[in-house]
Amino acid sequence: MAALLEIRDLGVEFRTPAGVVKAVNGVSFDVGRGEVVALVGESGSGKSVTALSVLQLIAQPPGRIAGGRVLFEGCDLLALDEAAIRHVRGRRIAMVFQEPMTSLNPVLSIGRQMTEALRLHLGLSAAAARQRAVALLDQVGIAEPQRRLRQYPHQLSGGMRQRVMIAMALSCEPELIIADEPTTALDVTIQAQILEIMQDLCRRLGVALLIITHNLGIVARYADRVNVMYAGRIVESGPAAALYRRPAHPYTVGLLNSVPRLDRPRGRPLEPIPGSPPDLHLLPAGCAFAPRCSLAEAPCRIAPPPLRALGDGQASACFEVERLLAGVPA
Amino acid sequence: MTATLPGDAPLDEPIALQRPTRRQRLRAVLGADRKAQVGLAVLAVFAVAGIFGALIAPYDPNAMAFDMLTAPSWAHPLGTDDLGRDLLSRIIVGTQVSLFVGVSTVGIALVVGVTLGLLAGYLGGWLDDIIMRYVDLQWAFPNIIIAVYLVAVFGNGLTNVIAAVSLAFVDDFARVSRSMVLSIREEQYVAAARTVGVSDFRIMWRHILPNATAPIIVQATVSVSYAILAEASLSFLGLGVESSTPTWGLILSDARSFVSRAWWLGIFPGLAIMLTVLSINFIGDALRDYFDVRETAG
Repeated sequence: MAALLEIRDLGVEFRTPAGVVKAVNGVSFDVGRGEVVALVGESGSGKSVTALSVLQLIAQPPGRIAGGRVLFEGCDLLALDEAAIRHVRGRRIAMVFQEPMTSLNPVLSIGRQMTEALRLHLGLSAAAARQRAVALLDQVGIAEPQRRLRQYPHQLSGGMRQRVMIAMALSCEPELIIADEPTTALDVTIQAQILEIMQDLCRRLGVALLIITHNLGIVARYADRVNVMYAGRIVESGPAAALYRRPAHPYTVGLLNSVPRLDRPRGRPLEPIPGSPPDLHLLPAGCAFAPRCSLAEAPCRIAPPPLRALGDGQASACFEVERLLAGVPA
Repeated sequence: MTATLPGDAPLDEPIALQRPTRRQRLRAVLGADRKAQVGLAVLAVFAVAGIFGALIAPYDPNAMAFDMLTAPSWAHPLGTDDLGRDLLSRIIVGTQVSLFVGVSTVGIALVVGVTLGLLAGYLGGWLDDIIMRYVDLQWAFPNIIIAVYLVAVFGNGLTNVIAAVSLAFVDDFARVSRSMVLSIREEQYVAAARTVGVSDFRIMWRHILPNATAPIIVQATVSVSYAILAEASLSFLGLGVESSTPTWGLILSDARSFVSRAWWLGIFPGLAIMLTVLSINFIGDALRDYFDVRETAG
């Protein structure tokens, strides 16, 4: 069975005063029905741009879809016109943004914002939409939903606002929810609650979840499969467990070494990745990670390595993956 | 996928879904705002004068008499002008046209200007260029000159005066609303509305405009005073409403040669304009509070 969302060879460019930047360069991955997939990468790796492209939300210009296809149930979303993609947005694919503080309109009541999509996509009456909004708020764990509907965003805490965003995302029973750094702006204690709610509801309702994050802790705990992005390309992908047990790209190894982990001896210093992320204007001809990589050899500097399958669903874009897996310290 | 949200299940008990209505909120804002109450009271008095005009005026506003330039007295509470006409009657009868011109021109200019500003700011591109170059062009001329030009071309009379003055004010509203839209459209809640599948028109109308009300209201309340004065200036130049209709501006301009001898001729029509403008400003402040839900926490 084909996956719910198939991204194939997606390329997105931005025209800037300093030249054309390839923010996303030949990215391909799938999200299956009901699956939780993580897209991991640091700032500027192209993960958010990839997600926004799915719903044609890249501002054009300066952005431009340079190539590729985004198949959602076999239909190419990039080929849809504005009116058609609007029926997909919110109805079939919903989004949850990073900043719950700014994602809600400050001058509209929660009820007004929640019922907008319901009335738009499901054609509910005002009363029916409100009733459903009450049920949805209840479902994401907001007490006194009737009262909350009448309130405005500034009267809610950050965690509650993000719950509202999740309720709005779920409201039209989408098949896929894209969550762009859903917990970055929240307190650590609230982060866990929000992620639990999101995962729980998605599993129960059979909604697929694409989580975009730079937080490997979130990935480990909630994702089924992981795609690691670096400088606009996917450098490693695979099941979350395999990726932790046997990282198959020097960048992934570096990421895992640079966060504190409970399964490592205490007192061991963290190992940051040397160097800094590449300037997307001046990408090297070969592997973008080569300048920071201790395993890099001559071929790495000539052409970018393709993503190669390693078995068990894992794939790596590294020429030296055999040496890496054989235990040469990265 | 046949999973249903629990939201589909019937709710155990019907829920009273009431929320404060707009009227309740308006009442709450006005109830706490003394200045707005004063403003409303003053405007109510002027409204009565405007509606009943000639019926409540003690004299015929155009009837001339021999007691010229008499100071305020029991017979003429606000005095008389150089032709012996009763100033109080003229101000009362003039209320109608002055208020109507002031409010309707700003109303028209607001609707047209804000629409242009929204389109220019939100859609951008060539439409923005066309609209804003036009606004720049208009900005290069003083409003009053545009109004004078239009009235001179199309002739005077109430409709033409209103059309001319409102066109002269369009650029101010377009500029203010466009600048608001430019910053608001970058907000994440606008992006969020797009991801929900809301159309551009609805985003402009429902999501951006409500966030831009405060400066537009301020602009409107200021413009009402300028509009009343613009009508006065046109009357002064003989380009206003027909001279048989006394307007506040006309009364003021008629008085210009006599104010050194008869202070009341300048003070009272000026006071009428000032009180109107002040009242509208007070009400404008209250409206701004009403639209700004962030100040009504709790």
